[in-house]
Amino acid sequence: MSAPAGARGSAREEVLARLRAGRDAGAPRTAPGPVPRDYARRGAHDPGSPGALDLLVERVEDYRATVTRVARPGDVAGVVARLLGDAGSVAVPPGADRAWLTGIGGRGAVVHVDGDPRPLTTADLDRVDAVVTGAAVAVAETGTLVLDAAAGDQGRRLLTLVPDHHVCVVRAEDVVGTVPEALARLDPLHPLTFVSGPSATSDIELDRVEGVHGPRRLDVVLVG
Amino acid sequence: MSTTDLPTPTVRPAHAPAGTGHLRGTRPFPAEARDALANTQLRRNLGKATGVIRAKRAAVVDEVPDWEALRRSGSAIKADVMARLPELLEQLEAAVTARGGVVHWARDAAEANAIVLDLVRAAGGDEVVKVKSMATQETGLNEALEAGGVAAWETDLAELIVQLGDDRPSHILVPAIHRNRSEIREIFLREMPDVDPDLTDEPRRLAMAARTHLRRKFLGAKVAVSGANFAVADTGTLSVVESEGNGRMCLTLPETLITLMGVEKVVPTWSDLEVFLQLLPRSSTGERMNPYTSTWTGVTPGDGPQAFHLVLMDNGRSGVLADPDGREALHCIRCSACLNVCPVYERAGGHAYGSVYPGPIGAVLSPLLTGITGEDDVNASLPYASSLCGACFDACPVRIDIPNLLVQQRAASVESHHRPTGQDVAMRAARVAMTSAGRFRAAEKGLGLGRVLGGRSGRITALPWPASRWTASRDVPVPPAETARDWFARTRPGRER
Ligand code: SF4
Repeated sequence: MSAPAGARGSAREEVLARLRAGRDAGAPRTAPGPVPRDYARRGAHDPGSPGALDLLVERVEDYRATVTRVARPGDVAGVVARLLGDAGSVAVPPGADRAWLTGIGGRGAVVHVDGDPRPLTTADLDRVDAVVTGAAVAVAETGTLVLDAAAGDQGRRLLTLVPDHHVCVVRAEDVVGTVPEALARLDPLHPLTFVSGPSATSDIELDRVEGVHGPRRLDVVLVG
Repeated sequence: MSTTDLPTPTVRPAHAPAGTGHLRGTRPFPAEARDALANTQLRRNLGKATGVIRAKRAAVVDEVPDWEALRRSGSAIKADVMARLPELLEQLEAAVTARGGVVHWARDAAEANAIVLDLVRAAGGDEVVKVKSMATQETGLNEALEAGGVAAWETDLAELIVQLGDDRPSHILVPAIHRNRSEIREIFLREMPDVDPDLTDEPRRLAMAARTHLRRKFLGAKVAVSGANFAVADTGTLSVVESEGNGRMCLTLPETLITLMGVEKVVPTWSDLEVFLQLLPRSSTGERMNPYTSTWTGVTPGDGPQAFHLVLMDNGRSGVLADPDGREALHCIRCSACLNVCPVYERAGGHAYGSVYPGPIGAVLSPLLTGITGEDDVNASLPYASSLCGACFDACPVRIDIPNLLVQQRAASVESHHRPTGQDVAMRAARVAMTSAGRFRAAEKGLGLGRVLGGRSGRITALPWPASRWTASRDVPVPPAETARDWFARTRPGRER
């Protein structure tokens, strides 16, 4: 390390030495046994099963987000077009399925692809009306969508943060029952964002109000 | 020159030094609480808010069939962390460094603040956006930055209300819980330069005013400061759990991110998060999941901050670790459930505890972190800020035995006195009674210990889940408001002022 390494280095050694001494001085008389893991790793529903999908819809709608179910990938474009309404500009990550946006072509809405030709800036995204992405996994029990920034159809974190409206396309096979199932499918080395409903606050008299700094509107399209 | 031959000085676990940060108030709890009890508005605001959140929590905890298994697992993971804390921190440091982050170590609050200030200056910033963080409240980082010429903007709505109102946080999760909507409206009208003068006190309108106020700050910020809910040792992954999206803004948009965390926030593995990400949201905001949880590992080229600094802070934690019982207080995941069910907190409010950590956990964690220096130490009064009703244990998602810690800290409080006084004698007598079955009844009435020692342990062995769910989730019968006050009046005559 650079210049302050001496001073900081000694802090490191001292903190670690204090903690070693504390660890030993306060050690319990009987060493703790192995961590019990008898909680449920799987829920009542298999990944992608009709029960898991129904539960996801119920739980996402509980957060006052919308869910639209379509049977086939080819049906996504029509729903996306309806959800985007009269949005004049839409951002998408580079790996998003272009077929999702074919329904809005006729209205002359501008589609901005991140990285094509250049990465979108915060200022660019502050001017777009909506963003359309995929999701890595969805958790039925908690109504949570997980976005993996390393996945081409989900994109860099700011894409789904700055625009005020997020349309998220979720595939049935990516819907799991529980939080443990979801974490097992994710790579912790990628930046991940767990999204459960639109942004919200309960800071005023613990009254939940949707829509603070993140997207105020969240629409989910569930495929399959 | 090599330094390896020098004798190694003995390094001892340390308490948080006085002088920097907010682990101590200025007046003892009874004096603060008495004033708070006279504030009808405060009590009404608190009573309403804690009532709402207790009901929400009970509903979402009830629907989890394996809640008790999750609690036991969470508790055991934390006990394992304490047993391996130095090793896990070294592992975390190596993983964060390998992914492009820079790790710093701070012995105490002053050193943590100095490191952050240096980093902000090195990044060329004269202002930072902040995600709500207990660690930076603990160190008084905002004041330290301000003294160094750096403006710190709190971006969590409740923290913003506190900052604009020139106020102090009164709750771990909802720092402005003592404020009602019309008070918040007045603060915004007074303090936000460009606010709509027709602002109403409708929560939605107030939240939108905060959005507008902060948006420009987020989009232009160069440096962000955050805390961390969890840090995964084996991957180097940090995690922030939040609601509003202000956390995502801070973690994503600025060029430099500085995260300050207490050393106890480390967990061994990524899959440990599957336990805590279930326990925390249901216990804190009473939601199945909070709106946003962000995880990141070091620096990701092209995405988010390109400079990441992690400051690992002791500030008294090594001292707590050295206490065989007290170290359990380091298991706390700051959900605030114990505050919301505490009859003393509900009446006295968070400010009465002086420290940034209020409520039942604060009443033990604050004196454990600072140590109790003597009879005039205001933190010596905190362990008495409880009727020992046991509701905090039932609510705690990681099963911290707060009532036991309260009793232990009462003993520490007595022992810290240099000269025996009437108060000491009373407490020593109580301690003897607590540890002796035959005399227990005598103390039971005055201390309200019956439910704690008899009722709870009876339930644990005799009523395993699901019967225990009833006790874990029901609203707590509220002991008379006067219990704690009476206790003080009786045991500390003339000491309240
Ligand atoms: S002590 Fe337990 S209940 Fe209280 S804030 Fe900490 S984790 Fe939550």
